[in-house]
Amino acid sequence: MTAPRTGRAGRAAQYAALLCYLVFLAFPFVWLVSIAFKPAAELGSLHPTWIPEDPTLANFRQAFDEQPLLRAAGNSLLAAASAALVAVVVATPMAYVMARRRSALTTAATGWVIVSQAFPFVLVIIPLFLVLKNLHLINTLAGLVAVYVTWSLPFALWMLVGYVRAVPRELEEAAAVDGAGRVRVLVSVTAPLLAPGLVATGLFAFITAWNEFFFALVLLKTAEKQTLPVVLTHFLGAEGAADLGPLAAAAFLATLPSLLVFAVIQKRITGGMLAGAVKN
Amino acid sequence: MTSSTARAGARRRTDHGAWFLVLPALLPILLLSVGPLLYGIALAFTDSQAGRTEPTQWVGTLNFQDLLHDTLFWDSFRIGLLWAVGVTVPQFLLALGLALLLDQRLRLRWLARALAIIPWAMPEVVVGIMWRLVYNPDAGILNETLRDLGLGDGRDWLTGLATALPAVILVGVWAGMPQTTVALLAGLQNTPGELHEAAALDGAGAWRRFRTVTWPAIRPVALAITALNFIWNFNSFALVYVLTSGGPGGRTRLPMLFAYEEAFRYGQFGYAAAMGCVMVAVVSVMLAFYLVGRLRGGDDA
Repeated sequence: MTAPRTGRAGRAAQYAALLCYLVFLAFPFVWLVSIAFKPAAELGSLHPTWIPEDPTLANFRQAFDEQPLLRAAGNSLLAAASAALVAVVVATPMAYVMARRRSALTTAATGWVIVSQAFPFVLVIIPLFLVLKNLHLINTLAGLVAVYVTWSLPFALWMLVGYVRAVPRELEEAAAVDGAGRVRVLVSVTAPLLAPGLVATGLFAFITAWNEFFFALVLLKTAEKQTLPVVLTHFLGAEGAADLGPLAAAAFLATLPSLLVFAVIQKRITGGMLAGAVKN
Repeated sequence: MTSSTARAGARRRTDHGAWFLVLPALLPILLLSVGPLLYGIALAFTDSQAGRTEPTQWVGTLNFQDLLHDTLFWDSFRIGLLWAVGVTVPQFLLALGLALLLDQRLRLRWLARALAIIPWAMPEVVVGIMWRLVYNPDAGILNETLRDLGLGDGRDWLTGLATALPAVILVGVWAGMPQTTVALLAGLQNTPGELHEAAALDGAGAWRRFRTVTWPAIRPVALAITALNFIWNFNSFALVYVLTSGGPGGRTRLPMLFAYEEAFRYGQFGYAAAMGCVMVAVVSVMLAFYLVGRLRGGDDA
């Protein structure tokens, strides 16, 4: 969009506003990083500073000593990666059908995708808890993965339908006219064009599962099985008492994978997911 | 075989193919999402409890009658509405401002976009932890900044009866602003620039251009994202669980936290399911708004 000219005073006001936003968005994160690198002595100071005077990695070491962070990260990685993989494999064919034809089924599926955004998860987790308990899947990553797959399907479908629609139907038809079978068309024409979308969808499903807390809190009982967000809350301790340095260090580490992945897929998500969420 | 029956046969075959394609996603959806949802609604009409040996019985609307008299639940319900409105409205206004700025050719635009990713990509648990560090009464930067500015000696924001809810609301606004900004920005960038120029040539000021050109263009998106935000906020859990666990004295106990405690601390599955049903009812109203917004958006596209 080419905006009409703005006067110099208007420009100045715009920059001032933008600066306020930058500070508002950044300061909590800067503070987290600052605390993560501060030695204990500085954390006890009554007048904390923005920048650690004597930066240290001791908090990170202590964080790993206090809680099973590596194992928790491994659990998170395993759960999130399996959930993302299964979700994409399962959702892609359905998204293809939803994008390419209109029928009662696809309309119902679209309706469900929307309605599922509104579930209060407590209504779903109680029965799931009872069912998984009967199947002896409580406190297993398999149970959690099953929940995550289902839970990430709506968004996965949403994003994928958009990506399928972006593949011109004419390309598929041209290949079919040339005598390629249906499967052949899908594999050699559609799939390659869809690949970046599949990766973006998978990464998004990965992040949602990596960040997820509620289901993991309810379903995973023992420390050996718990995922990173659940283990992070152990740092908080009883009555809100917390060892600030290790807490900040662990929290900082838990964010890095999400930030990295998000930076990579950000453009695709904003185009795909939110466009899907707010208009069809 | 005539050509028309052949065609019908072909269509039936592809329909079978479609079913085959849909099934892998449909099965988990039915088993792990639609099924539990219906089961959950059914549970609301039973006396289901954790670790009870007698079989679960139907109790009709007993749970709902109890809920009606449960003042603690209605307190939490009220807090849930306050929180949802308190987060959604400022979130929308701030996001609109940022989206309008990002739509301009400003120098630090890329930085703002990059920073806006942080709240979005962070696990909610980490967002909660991070803000606890900001709010920390002694070592937190908020009180230190206030002291530096000479604005009092600071306080314990998250445990103060009066300050706890506003404090968690601020975190909610911060955490959800990026998604809203991006949605609105997408709407803005679909607005034809010529309209703006035409309006500017006609001598329309910034406010009039916004009202007559920008706002009508982004209205469907704005309505839809606001309804979704309300729903998500009303149902939220992790952020406040980490920040205050519902305290002090229940002042930040959102309905989800209440239902979670009822179900998984006290084992009252039936009663907690009834709470879930009441929450669904509230959220359905907003969902209707969302669908209207979405349909309008579809017309425009």
